Amino acid sequence: MSLQINNLHATLENGTEILKGVNLEIPAGEIHAIMGPNGSGKSTLSKVIAGHESYVPTAGHVLLDGIDISEMSIDERSRAGIFLAFQYPNEVPGVSNANFIRAALQARLPKGEEIDAVAYYKSLYEKMDLLEMDRKFTGRAVNEGFSGGEKKRNEILQMMMLSPKYCILDETDSGLDIDALKIVAKGVNAMRSPERGMLLITHYQRLLDYIKPDHVHVMAEGRIVKSGGPELALELEEKGYDFLKEPALA
Amino acid sequence: MSYQETATAILDEETHDAINIDRTKGDFTFPERNKFDAGWGLSSKTVDYICDVKKDPDWVREFRHKALAVFESKPMPTNWATEDLNNIHFDKIRYYLSDGEKPKRTWDEVPAEILETFERLGIPEQERAFLAGVEAQYDSEAAYSNMKEELTKQGVIFVTSAEGLKEHEEIFRPWFGKVIPTGDNKFSALNSAVFSGGSFIYIPKGVKLKQPLQAYFRINSESFGQFERTLIIADEGSEVMYMEGCTAPKFETATLHSAVVELVALKGAKIQYVTVQNWSSNVFNLVTKRGLAMEDAEVRWIDCNIGSRLTMKYPGVIMKGERARGEVISIALANTGQHQDTGAKMIHAANNTTSNVVSKSISVGKGRSTYRGQVHIPKHLKGCKNNTECDALLINSNSRTDTYPAITVKGNRHATQHEASVSQVSEEMLFYMQQRGLNEGQAMSLAVNGFINDLVREFPMEYSVELKRLIDLEMEGSVG
Repeated sequence: MSLQINNLHATLENGTEILKGVNLEIPAGEIHAIMGPNGSGKSTLSKVIAGHESYVPTAGHVLLDGIDISEMSIDERSRAGIFLAFQYPNEVPGVSNANFIRAALQARLPKGEEIDAVAYYKSLYEKMDLLEMDRKFTGRAVNEGFSGGEKKRNEILQMMMLSPKYCILDETDSGLDIDALKIVAKGVNAMRSPERGMLLITHYQRLLDYIKPDHVHVMAEGRIVKSGGPELALELEEKGYDFLKEPALA
Repeated sequence: MSYQETATAILDEETHDAINIDRTKGDFTFPERNKFDAGWGLSSKTVDYICDVKKDPDWVREFRHKALAVFESKPMPTNWATEDLNNIHFDKIRYYLSDGEKPKRTWDEVPAEILETFERLGIPEQERAFLAGVEAQYDSEAAYSNMKEELTKQGVIFVTSAEGLKEHEEIFRPWFGKVIPTGDNKFSALNSAVFSGGSFIYIPKGVKLKQPLQAYFRINSESFGQFERTLIIADEGSEVMYMEGCTAPKFETATLHSAVVELVALKGAKIQYVTVQNWSSNVFNLVTKRGLAMEDAEVRWIDCNIGSRLTMKYPGVIMKGERARGEVISIALANTGQHQDTGAKMIHAANNTTSNVVSKSISVGKGRSTYRGQVHIPKHLKGCKNNTECDALLINSNSRTDTYPAITVKGNRHATQHEASVSQVSEEMLFYMQQRGLNEGQAMSLAVNGFINDLVREFPMEYSVELKRLIDLEMEGSVG
């Protein structure tokens, strides 16, 4: 059981190649982190896995527990178990958080089955309590007028509610103060499970103090250029990305 | 759970249902069973035929003939409105169709096919659930008209316009054609010449209806024109909510619906007029609606326009008494092949009058929405206020929206504000929603429902549920 990325290439619509052969396997039960400088293709990788239509996959495959999801639509991938916590979560004006999450859960049920409202709110409130979110969040429109920290917490709430097989967190730590970061980490750690794989995309070692990864990868110029254990993140923090430049060019 | 929460909680089930639902709920027709058919085209003979069948009094016959002359003398308003109006062929329309039956007081007496029609549209069920009275019109005449007995005892009148002008002439005649004169526009003149059906309502002084009255307008026959005429008079201190729904099957040829609705709210009275129209895509829907609000009275138009080929409708309020209030809340959804040309007219004619216009339009595919507003505050008045907001949502780059606000404010003792916005459901917003597992249609529906959410709350709950269902259907049908 794993999320497997084989030789993934992707270009922008104008032909510029962003991913230049990414190889990565995230087995269920493990947390992997990808670090790398701006423009290295980290966020693009997360969007291509999720099926964003602004990128054209030109080679390679993404396998979810052995099944190729490359031809699936965005929503099919989501229902198959891919969750992306956005770096910049979008607003959905006029749609309450509670209704949004409920609609997403409803979309996973077979025809004719309905979400049980009582059980739904019970589960929602439990998770909100863990994330220290005020009950008022259920009635507020999705991300509308939310602070940066509130948006990120809301992403984790959605992730917890949808209970995906593989979670990709795109710079979830950016823009968070230390208290908010701890709360978000608490949520992510609560999601750790032998059945679930996670990929953390981040610039900074700081996040990894709170969410311990099993493996750390460094991405540069559209490829994974170095992989190692948690110590790699510390090394990067110390030396900066410059020390990678030579192997990347070689 | 509050009433609003209940309404929104239902959304998701509705969204879900919408995927499987029979899209053709209103798209069925029965063989015509008309005993009376005015035939094709419009002339003074047509008018006489209608008068004869309806046994109109002489003053009505005279009124109709004068109106026909006005209609013939007026040009199509293509100078400011769409050229598509030229595609209405007045000689290829039938102006009066009925089976000659009087409206029934119980559903049991209604002919089987007509009963089935209204049952499929859910009318008898709604009546039992939450309505104080119902009139159900089938082509030119009402098939059913009934009201709760206790309202009759209180002196409430709820009958067809034909009954109103004959049985209640003393109340009907002084107001008929006064809020909207025959010559107001070409289509009000057309309606005045050939009107049939619609409601006459009188609410006596101080009577406040707790439940709404409802009319349902159904077109069953092809190449037909429906011209109902409604007059509602709310006497001093009374309150009423009137709701209307409309459907027609899809025919090969164009169908015309051209109603005139006049509201009169006397001192301190309150009228709310709610419309949810879901015309099929070949209906020309050209409707004139206006209310008169006297001292401390309030007229609210709550209007939702879905479907039709072309809708032209600008509900208005003339605030004639001090402190009168007028409001138009409107939602329009234009899909490919549709043009929703809607708006509001607010005429301030007394001091300290207040008007509010909130309009939201959604253009999908090649659909087109136009907002036309008119706010008039003359110089000699003081203390008048107007607020106008129009927001447009575009879904895909082929759609089009135009806003033509005309705010004439003279004098400096008034307060007006106008806000307009145009937004789009962006690709990134859709990606976000789809990443959570909603398919494109579900994501669009949710975005659209979110856009109009604050206005949907203004509709009675039973209608807001229906409205969301209709929007989901439109959105499901408009993508991939």
